Amino acid sequence: MVEKTPILDTLTYLFLMLGIVVVGFPIIYTIIAATLPIEEVSKVPMPLIPGDQFWVNIQEAWTRGDLGTQLFNSFIMAAGITFGKIVVSMIGAFSIVYFDYRFRTVAFVAVFCTLMLPVEVRILPTYEMAANLFGPLQPVWDALHLNGLVSWIAGHEIEVALEWSLLDSYTGLILPLVASATCTFLFRQFFLTVPEELCEAAKMDGASAMTFLRKILLPLSKTNIAALVVIEFVYGWNQYLWPLLITTNPKMTTAIIGLQHLIPSPEDVPEWNIALAGALIVMLPPILVVLFMQRWFVKGLVDPEK
Amino acid sequence: MIKRSIFRSKTLPYFLILPQILVTVTFFYWPAVQGLAQSLMRSDPFGHRNTFVWLDNFITLFTDPLYLKSIGITLIFSLFTAFVAISFGLFIATMANRALKAKPLIRTMLIWPYAVAPAVSGMLWLFLLHPSYGVVAIALKNWFGVDWNPVLEGGDAMIMVIIASAWREVSYNFIFFLAGMQAIPKSLIEAAAMDGASPFRRFWKITFPLLSPTLFFVMVMNIIYTFFDTFGVIHTVTQGGPGGATNILVYKVYQDGFIGLNLGSSAAQSIVLMTLIISITVVQFKYVERKVQYAG
Repeated sequence: MVEKTPILDTLTYLFLMLGIVVVGFPIIYTIIAATLPIEEVSKVPMPLIPGDQFWVNIQEAWTRGDLGTQLFNSFIMAAGITFGKIVVSMIGAFSIVYFDYRFRTVAFVAVFCTLMLPVEVRILPTYEMAANLFGPLQPVWDALHLNGLVSWIAGHEIEVALEWSLLDSYTGLILPLVASATCTFLFRQFFLTVPEELCEAAKMDGASAMTFLRKILLPLSKTNIAALVVIEFVYGWNQYLWPLLITTNPKMTTAIIGLQHLIPSPEDVPEWNIALAGALIVMLPPILVVLFMQRWFVKGLVDPEK
Repeated sequence: MIKRSIFRSKTLPYFLILPQILVTVTFFYWPAVQGLAQSLMRSDPFGHRNTFVWLDNFITLFTDPLYLKSIGITLIFSLFTAFVAISFGLFIATMANRALKAKPLIRTMLIWPYAVAPAVSGMLWLFLLHPSYGVVAIALKNWFGVDWNPVLEGGDAMIMVIIASAWREVSYNFIFFLAGMQAIPKSLIEAAAMDGASPFRRFWKITFPLLSPTLFFVMVMNIIYTFFDTFGVIHTVTQGGPGGATNILVYKVYQDGFIGLNLGSSAAQSIVLMTLIISITVVQFKYVERKVQYAG
């Protein structure tokens, strides 16, 4: 760097190579295992020369795990969360930064405090909420004796139970995860750096608030949005606990959850070649997104910290 | 903070913030309040009646040896995972920062594990460390004579989930450390070199202290990750076993509440976790205020 240190430089590259191999080892080994037939993969130790069963294993994993449907679900969930988070956060931040109203600070603090309430600390009540969105309204309904009113209107006895379940639905997979303190915070920080003159000029030209958001802020936010797309797509795709809770129908679950059924249990034939072929398919989309959009990915990770 | 030049409207700002508020109230605050209420109550076996029991659930919880064991396990798991991920990430980032050629390639080769879901990472390592098929397990047995069996041995199972969790987090830490190091002015390093400071001395006396805000941030994020996001690893690899040896707090909440349907205890456990993450966040923001003196 500054002075010539040939020995240290060689060591640097040596350690880097070693680091890359250690970090990459699980994936290399997985790829090899996914190319082998069952007799080879259960040999001790497993041969390190790739076999020719790759496509056979991939196809087997695809049909056995019903990966087609589940990858589609994963994609809907990841895309829905990404899109939802960005839209909701952007208009929210716009409201907080460009308007002055009574509950502005309250709203900002309320959104910000969701940082402290990850789904892991409120598993059951959130599940109950998703199982029946109208649940909290039922006591109100009962207290007002609205059943009597409905029965009177209908002319005969009717018991009304309010129910709107999000279980086993795309809405249920996406909606509870679209509120984001970090995204809102990022947009807020960015909007605060946008020059005041832009807004003044827009107002002078008679632009409405929504026109300003669409024609000026949106194009200016392009790099931020790109960074968030990468981060949130990976986040959405890799969700585990939430889909595990609210989906019971294999047709509605995500690929990461479905993948778990391919893991051979101790009494099964140890078909790790199939399981790992499935794992390769499932982890490929987020890896591709991160590798091809690396610049945005790093920006999206590092920026909110500032 | 707000702009000097703002728009005026009576209703529009409320409409714009409404979706965010609706989602947070419905899926964050309401459940959190429900959890808090539930933690102070005991339901009868049929779920018809709730009795208000004050802090009974918490007293039961903190006198339950299984829960205390789970706290200990979580601390061990969290500290070791964070330590492995941070030291390895910092080391690799230092090396990558020193490299003169092929920097983008090196970075690419090191960041991709972050895109792998914790559950999938768990699956890969479950195979690598499998007592009868795993290559690492066999190597341990043949070369070092270690009788590796995570299916029966609690300690081995713990090592397995630590490795599976840390692997992915190394990439995350690497990204932050590398970004942090690149933000350090070259002139500082060069000046120290001119004064005859060796590369090692420069690292410990300049790079490392200037990196301390990043280090702190990464530590907080790693602790949050190990406490909450590693659920997928535990669920895939050990399901909390063998004999509760890897039953970390967040997995215990899930097991007691969602599987065991012990509402009061699960709610009390949730409140404990909530208190924990609130304190972590508060400490983090307190520190961020003071960060200026390091960065400046």
